[in-house]
Amino acid sequence: MSILVALLARDLKQLLLGGRRGGALLPVLFFVAVAMLFPFAVGPDAPVLARTGGGVLWIAALLAAILPLDRLIEPDLELGLFDQWALRGISEEAVVAVRVLAHWLSFAPPLMLAALPGAALVGIDGATLRTVELGLLLGTPGLAALGVTVAALTAGLRGGAALGGLLVIPLAVPLLVFGAGSLATGGQSGLALCGAVSLVLLAIAPFAGGAAIRAGRG
Amino acid sequence: MQGARLTASNIACQRGDRLLFQNVDFALEGGAALQLTGANGTGKSSLIRILAGLLPAFAGTVNRQCAAALLDERPALDPHLPLGRALAFWQKLDGPEDNQAMRLGLGDLLDVPVRYLSTGQKKRAALARLIGQRAPLWLLDEPLNGLDSRGVALVEALAAEHCRGGGICVIASHQPFTLAGIARLDLRDFAA
Repeated sequence: MSILVALLARDLKQLLLGGRRGGALLPVLFFVAVAMLFPFAVGPDAPVLARTGGGVLWIAALLAAILPLDRLIEPDLELGLFDQWALRGISEEAVVAVRVLAHWLSFAPPLMLAALPGAALVGIDGATLRTVELGLLLGTPGLAALGVTVAALTAGLRGGAALGGLLVIPLAVPLLVFGAGSLATGGQSGLALCGAVSLVLLAIAPFAGGAAIRAGRG
Repeated sequence: MQGARLTASNIACQRGDRLLFQNVDFALEGGAALQLTGANGTGKSSLIRILAGLLPAFAGTVNRQCAAALLDERPALDPHLPLGRALAFWQKLDGPEDNQAMRLGLGDLLDVPVRYLSTGQKKRAALARLIGQRAPLWLLDEPLNGLDSRGVALVEALAAEHCRGGGICVIASHQPFTLAGIARLDLRDFAA
């Protein structure tokens, strides 16, 4: 247990501060920037903005979650940390599970905070904002799991970061459909399904990511 | 460190579609040391990784009845952290260790970020991590690379101490490694 806590503490420090690779601030700024650009692109038509703003926030969140992909697994693999953990009997699955948690903590809460100014920028009302925030709360764990899994799969490949981004987008479609879809229907069922997709991704991530890291070893 | 034991029987290693070596066979008891020699590309590092359990052997079995510590060309220390804190992370996993930093000549470097260290200093830092793990089996892959003559003497002294304490050393190096009672295994003799 103390080992997992030590791993989580290190992962959080790496992902929040980020060293030279940019920390947790970068995805948040990206998110706000997209929300800011959207009204410029479609024009100051308040009803149109209000109707589409929630979906835009969702897309911005999805794209922002892709930004840190290249520093989730690759740097540690290069440094030989995964080999050292394996020698100490710490399984890749445990490391990946801890990393999913750290990744979620480093991008989801800041993103949900940034959704407040984001909502003001695209002009959505309180009820819609509440649905967006609830959807993000349920959907971002799945995004984090997906991000770490794909990062593990593409680590060590040339152009892995770009490929990783391309892989995440189609796999994140179910989260987007149910999460952003709940805005249109206003029902709870979309949110529930979004949460269900998240749970499935969370359950798969440690095993898929761990197997990918082991297979890439050589 | 009692009861440390490492047996390799009929190990073969294939990289890509090339068979690097086959029928490598040895048994090491506590206190023994083995140097793997051979030209570049004969599979020294691959054999070290097979012994560590990080690479599956193409044929044969490795029987390792103790924890293993690995030293290779990657120090496994966070580059942007000061050396002291990078080492402290491993101490959290391995348990506290009496500080070897002074002996390894790292005493003045604990505040320096790892990425500013020279090749030799990084190697010394990796040695501190290796010692801290307190594993009975040391797998050293080119431990002398980048070290000055005093560093080389230090590594040889550390390995000798480790063996006297009942540990096992397996050293992959093309450079001469001075250690009393060290056995040598030339991988060229096992080339397929």
